[in-house]
Amino acid sequence: MSESPAIELRGISKSFGAVQANRDIDLTVTKGTIHGIVGENGAGKSTLMSILYGYYTADAGEIRVGGQPVRIATPADAIRAGIGMVHQHFMLVDDQSVIENVMLGSVDGLLTAASLRRTRAALDELGQTYGLKVDPDAIVETLPVGLQQRVAILRAMVRRADVLILDEPTGVLTPTEADDLFRVLGRLRDEGRTVILITHKLREIMAITDMVSVLRRGEMIATRRTADTSPAELAELMVGRRVQAPQRTARADTARGPVRLSVRDLALTLRGGARPVKDLTFDLRAGEILGIAGVAGNGQSELLELLAGTRRPTSGDIRMRDRPITALSAGERRKLGLAHIPEDRHHTGLVLPFALYENAVLGTHRDPSLGRGPFLSPRAMRDRAAGHVATYDIRPPDPALRSAGFSGGNQQKIVVAREIERGPDVILIGQPTRGVDIGAIEFIHRRMLEQRDAGKAILLVSVELDEVRALSDRILVMFDGRLSDPVPPETDERTLGLMMAGMTAP
Amino acid sequence: MENIDLLFSLVGSTIRLSAPLILAALAGLFCERAGIFNIGLEGMLLASAFAAACVAYATGSATLGLLSGVAAGILMNLIHGFASITHGGNQVISGVALNFFAAGVTAVLGNAWFAQGGNSPPLSGEARFDPITLPGAEALKDVPVLGPLYAQVLSGHNVLTYVAFLCVPLSAFVLYRTRFGQNLRAVGENPAAVDVVGLSVPALRYRALLVAGVIIGVAGAYLSIAQSASFVRDMSAGKGFIALAALIFAKWRPWPVLWACLLFGSLDALAAFLQGKPLPLVGEVPVQVFQAAPYVLTCLLLAGFIGHARAPRAGGLPYVKDR
Amino acid sequence: MNDRSLPSWATALLIPAINLALAFLASGIVVLIAGQDPLRAMQVMATGAFGSGEALGWTLYYATSFIFTGLAVAVAFHAGLFNIGGEGQAMLGGLGAALVALWLGDSLPWWAVLPVATLAAALFGMTWALPPAWAQARRGSHIVITTIMFNFIASTLLVYLLVNVLIVPGRMAPQSRRFGDGGQIPDLRGLFAALGLDSGASPVNVTLFLALLAAAAVWVLIWRTRLGYEIRAVGHAPAAAANAGIDPARIILIAMGVSGALAGAMALNPVLGEAGRLKLDFTLGAGFVGIAVALMGRCHPAGILPAALLFGALYQGGAALSFEMPGISRNMVAVIQALVILFTGALENMTRPLVQRLIAAPIRRA
Repeated sequence: MSESPAIELRGISKSFGAVQANRDIDLTVTKGTIHGIVGENGAGKSTLMSILYGYYTADAGEIRVGGQPVRIATPADAIRAGIGMVHQHFMLVDDQSVIENVMLGSVDGLLTAASLRRTRAALDELGQTYGLKVDPDAIVETLPVGLQQRVAILRAMVRRADVLILDEPTGVLTPTEADDLFRVLGRLRDEGRTVILITHKLREIMAITDMVSVLRRGEMIATRRTADTSPAELAELMVGRRVQAPQRTARADTARGPVRLSVRDLALTLRGGARPVKDLTFDLRAGEILGIAGVAGNGQSELLELLAGTRRPTSGDIRMRDRPITALSAGERRKLGLAHIPEDRHHTGLVLPFALYENAVLGTHRDPSLGRGPFLSPRAMRDRAAGHVATYDIRPPDPALRSAGFSGGNQQKIVVAREIERGPDVILIGQPTRGVDIGAIEFIHRRMLEQRDAGKAILLVSVELDEVRALSDRILVMFDGRLSDPVPPETDERTLGLMMAGMTAP
Repeated sequence: MENIDLLFSLVGSTIRLSAPLILAALAGLFCERAGIFNIGLEGMLLASAFAAACVAYATGSATLGLLSGVAAGILMNLIHGFASITHGGNQVISGVALNFFAAGVTAVLGNAWFAQGGNSPPLSGEARFDPITLPGAEALKDVPVLGPLYAQVLSGHNVLTYVAFLCVPLSAFVLYRTRFGQNLRAVGENPAAVDVVGLSVPALRYRALLVAGVIIGVAGAYLSIAQSASFVRDMSAGKGFIALAALIFAKWRPWPVLWACLLFGSLDALAAFLQGKPLPLVGEVPVQVFQAAPYVLTCLLLAGFIGHARAPRAGGLPYVKDR
Repeated sequence: MNDRSLPSWATALLIPAINLALAFLASGIVVLIAGQDPLRAMQVMATGAFGSGEALGWTLYYATSFIFTGLAVAVAFHAGLFNIGGEGQAMLGGLGAALVALWLGDSLPWWAVLPVATLAAALFGMTWALPPAWAQARRGSHIVITTIMFNFIASTLLVYLLVNVLIVPGRMAPQSRRFGDGGQIPDLRGLFAALGLDSGASPVNVTLFLALLAAAAVWVLIWRTRLGYEIRAVGHAPAAAANAGIDPARIILIAMGVSGALAGAMALNPVLGEAGRLKLDFTLGAGFVGIAVALMGRCHPAGILPAALLFGALYQGGAALSFEMPGISRNMVAVIQALVILFTGALENMTRPLVQRLIAAPIRRA
């Protein structure tokens, strides 16, 4: 006597331009279970769920809810089909009350009075049944993050969501709040509802899911019963095997130089109470590449911003060559010899409408060699750009071309060339090869190793585990705002995968 | 008793001067709370005034004039919406363009049709809204204090004035007690929240603009066929901007809009009243001080010197589904 | 201000041309509603603007003001700011220039007064732009609203000064006394005559050359100096600029200061060049026309100059129009201007995809 699955996805495919985010994905979610979906960043989890919720329309494939094929073209369709979603960023109306937020979109009739009464009663009932208690009249922006998330969950449930999708729900929660959430999810499951949990944290998968599916590079790799699998197996499936084994370049000599950058107890607390960075302490030495591995969203972006100087820490100290720089601006740090190749080159690394030769001097445009007095000589800029183009094999070799017209790899080379050719002491690098073709990847990697051998201190932050292992002399794994102890790059993938997922090695 | 009379006369003036401000500010309220910047209130006011006067003249009916004013207001707002919502264009530029357009079109058409330098012919009788005497005003007017208060201050305004003041509690009701109002406030704070619960952001915003169009239409009609008896070139004379200032000063809430408009209206009344009359100590206060006061106050508020004004968070930004 | 897949000639020329055409089309409809013949109106405007030496003179006179205000809006736009306060900044500029002219005009020749007056106009205009700039940079107050407010404050200030302080004792009109000879900038009659034209009564004057100089100076500033580089970086990509060590707050103040100075300088044209005294309404709405000019000219001096000329022609043509066709008043110009702003500014996303589709096909085939 088998019931129809709550959700069935068959052959879902979705491309964005040249990128195939989902490729022929099949997924079956049984009613009354908590089904986890794991994968690294870029694996396609969010796209898949966005299709299920009606934000995107799949290029191919079918969706079935409760055994019946449905067409989901907008979130309204999804809601009608009994699907609710709680996003990573809750999408609440901050200056309205809990009850208004929960009611949004489901008010019957012209006046809100009747719906207010009904929703109040519903909130009461849901609070009793599932332990989802919130003060209905509190203003959302005054609530701690955990309770705000609860409001988002209630909003979905009040619409009779039989299937609740949660996207990386614990990213902003404290451990206690996360446990409360899991209790609630368990109750939902026990009452016959279905929960789909998107996460990269294996501890959560093992703790509360009944089934788990692994996505990698847009494809559905495997589905297992949680009881039948282990974190180790999941980590391996998530991270996968590469076609080429990473090249481990032997270091010229193993002695490391003096400390160039030191970080002590660095912490960042945001206004809502979230703490993306918690008490980080480490040293970066000349002549080494220190790799920071980890799944995106564990504080790496914030760490880079804090070190680069575009964000102020809540507490802690940063020193460069033993000189305190915590209070210095980004510009001042650059003058002292800090270079930053940012994670998001489109936003923070390049001025996209600028021509190549203009981006080639971003940050060094005050250099006296680029022009007399207040003037900036295009010829001097072009000469410098030409140098970059030649040394870094940037294609097409047209310094006048707008930066938006270059491929990802070449754009990245523009940024890398600019930052490295300044001759800095300390280089911060975030996701250097995201969206970059193989040839450019190899080129950039070679440059980084050259710089290391020349005595620079390099901090590499990357979600690509292979990249971190291939280039780093030491690896720190970042999870939940904290850094692990240093591990050697020879550490096997499985162990690193576990550390990245918050589980310590067995 | 002379002082009381003076006071009442001032209050009466204030009421008359504040009415169009209240309406225009409320129109702006509905737009901006939904996330659409509207600096074109001035132009919309002018266009509605013109439309109202023209039709009132042509048909001899003030009611038809009022409806035309409303139609003009709606049309202008729809153009604004077409540029801002459907095409995600710059809302400021659209507003500036509409101001210019209204100033130009009303003058051109006014001149072409009536050949009176841009004015419309004077209206009389049924073609305009005359002052209304409230029941019992005559009888009560000799009662000390309350009599004149009722007879001179409360009674004797045209119907649109009363409508303007009634719009305040009405707007508050719509904004805070109806589904439409709640959705409108949500879409101006966080359109993504509205999107995620399955509502259409553009549809909501267009509806908000429609409501704003109606209200500003009434405001324009007030100017040309209620307060005055014709359309005079450029008769809005900056009232649209004062209304915008009042809206900001009121931090985008309905009841404070009333107080802000009364404040600014009273400054206007005082300016006329104090002309030529020196005050003790300061001497004669130049009328320009009163004229500039609303703007100076609003700037001080915006710069955070007298409290904080937090605009609807999604204001001015076209909604792009960012996934 | 940025294209993605269109060749630069299309963005620079074709799209503005199409927007202009749409604006004229819509204006034609308004003329029809007014009961007149649109084609005849266009003819009258064209001859009225260029048909004689005097007409050309007036066109250039108006264009001079618009060059300044167009440059002002453009500089602010490059930093990502919308300066709607050109009117107010121009009024203050006029005040500054007038004070200098009143002070020095009786004792010094015009070529000595002009530099000082220019400095004063620029300084006064800059000062009027800085409070809104500061409020935006340090308090996040929206510069559009504050500059609009400042426009009104400026106009009340000007009225007050003209009526109470600068007025000629015993006279009624709210205007200052006439400046001495040194405070009157000579017109270009001689230059026109040398070119075989009679500039008639048109007040086109030496400030035209100042405007052209300003255009060149703005070009150098924005595209050839380090400061200009920083301004453009902040305007396009504030995050990248901050990462590169550029301080966005500082750039906002500087860009608005320059913008205000240019708008202030505009006043030299009507106040010293035409009227020879300070009076009300000398700005002629140039602050707002500057927005249209900047948008049409894509914020580049090479585009602003022709756009300013176009709008100067519209103004002059509009005056001629109201003579020849009394059924259409001068205000038609405001209508055209408004439609240009609407199509070029607010509706630019509408024409762009159409143009992309139109020209992408032949380009692919080529």
